[in-house]
Amino acid sequence: MAILVFIEHAEGVVKKSSLEAVSYAAAMGDEVIGLAVGSIDEGALKAAGNAGASKVLHVTDEKLEKGIIQAYAQVINQAMESTGAEILVLAKSSLGDPVAARVAAKQGAGFVSNVSDLPDTSNGFKVKRSIYTGKAFANVEIKTDKKILGLKKNAVELKTDGSEATVEKFDVLLSDDSFKVTITSQDKATGEILLPEAELVVSGGRGMKGPENWGMIEELAKTLGAATGCSKPVSDMGWRPHHEHVGQTGVKVSPQLYVAIGISGAIQHLAGVNSSKNIVVINKDPEAPFFAAADYGIVGDAFEVVPKLTEALKAAQN
Amino acid sequence: MKILVCITHVPDTTAKISFTDNDTKFDANGVQFIIGPYDDYALARAVELKEASGGSVTVLNVGTAETEPTIRKALAIGADDAIRINAEPTDSMFVAQQIANHAKDGGYDLIMMGRESIDFNGGMVHGMVGELLGMPAISPVMQLDIEGETAKLAREIEGGKEYLELSLPFVAGCQEPIAEWKIPNMRGIMSARSKKLEVIEPTDATEAATLEKYEMPPAKGEVKMIDADNVEELVQLLKNEAKVL
Repeated sequence: MAILVFIEHAEGVVKKSSLEAVSYAAAMGDEVIGLAVGSIDEGALKAAGNAGASKVLHVTDEKLEKGIIQAYAQVINQAMESTGAEILVLAKSSLGDPVAARVAAKQGAGFVSNVSDLPDTSNGFKVKRSIYTGKAFANVEIKTDKKILGLKKNAVELKTDGSEATVEKFDVLLSDDSFKVTITSQDKATGEILLPEAELVVSGGRGMKGPENWGMIEELAKTLGAATGCSKPVSDMGWRPHHEHVGQTGVKVSPQLYVAIGISGAIQHLAGVNSSKNIVVINKDPEAPFFAAADYGIVGDAFEVVPKLTEALKAAQN
Repeated sequence: MKILVCITHVPDTTAKISFTDNDTKFDANGVQFIIGPYDDYALARAVELKEASGGSVTVLNVGTAETEPTIRKALAIGADDAIRINAEPTDSMFVAQQIANHAKDGGYDLIMMGRESIDFNGGMVHGMVGELLGMPAISPVMQLDIEGETAKLAREIEGGKEYLELSLPFVAGCQEPIAEWKIPNMRGIMSARSKKLEVIEPTDATEAATLEKYEMPPAKGEVKMIDADNVEELVQLLKNEAKVL
């Protein structure tokens, strides 16, 4: 039976987290059908084939240009019905999460989010998910026929095999009831590497002493090709926007590399970064609790170490 | 305006997480329980809305009798009355159905809760309640203002914010900086003791997912310290050992 994957895109390309979701579904062994909504080139959608989808259903109704959650849920319900898919896979996102919750309630589907590994189907349908903000895992059994899996970033590696998916137009019936919400505007950083998607993250804390010193964080991030983040006090004091706040009540990241500069490592901050593959901590206080959670540490003044590190990285790149 | 605020009863954010009974139960020994931090934001904003334009705030928790001190704290913060649905909140769908079954005849103008609980981090109950009640559900809401029947909201999206408008009633999953957390004062604590806390039994509902076993992440290896005068070594390690460059 086919598995449906909700494919999100931004700035004309399929998001990497959605391609990971396609790879995840492909690893489950059944046919994978993607579902993409809104304007994007057919060519860009074919790329989903590279990650393991046989075809992509493309919904181009112009009423769906903005991400109206109820309408998107309606689209997914119709796509599941039309393809006969009983399993929906999607990447964690600000659009996917609320849409999937509605689909789950509508269809009586068991929905597990923050899934961190492939399911074990040897006896029932069991998945491992992260809980307590990454401090632990739970193995849960989904008992309903229909299932929804919301993936944590890096749940599986993106695998590509060079094939292309066929892209089919998919028509949907949208009810007026789904459009009770008006999106009046979006205020969004463009061209930046988005924190939740980033493979490399450079974060600054209170040790940076003020927003005027963020230049060196940005310079290091730019050199690495990393997104920038910050600790909760930094966002609370308004030094950086809230969407950069990494931690228990902010963005949870799981990049390949997390560089923490001038962040002491409160347990609430660690909760947001503990699934990073590698952690580098730069702090002038050798007793900073963050060192215990780090892979690499430098005790030193950020104002001296960070520019030197940026220079060393540039030298290594040349 | 009649507001329902759904709260979770969760271990404090600094609590050490461990399990007992062959990794099938959370070890609550020595752990302090709190109102979910996101729910606390929702509650604070609900109380502000009530103070500004009248109405009432009802707190709802799906939980066993152990959660009552947490519910009393919500009453001390400014909710008018409370409902506890007497059940173990084992599954998002189950909890959403309990909330929806209570709210469908409750005449609420607004249903608020946190964007997610900090124990299971599911972040799906608000969306499910919205679907079950045929209402919009918006999350994570960072700003919420109401003029008459219309609400203006901002929600966080990757890399920024999205601004929305909709009519009451609807469901909001909330997060900072929608309001500042409120600390209960002595008067609030005293009056909370006599506020109504109704206990109702759960209705039949679906349990879609069940827990098999908890698991701790593998222990982290030793940190490798690098001299501040030798950042080149860090670059080499990131390149050749961690292989992230």
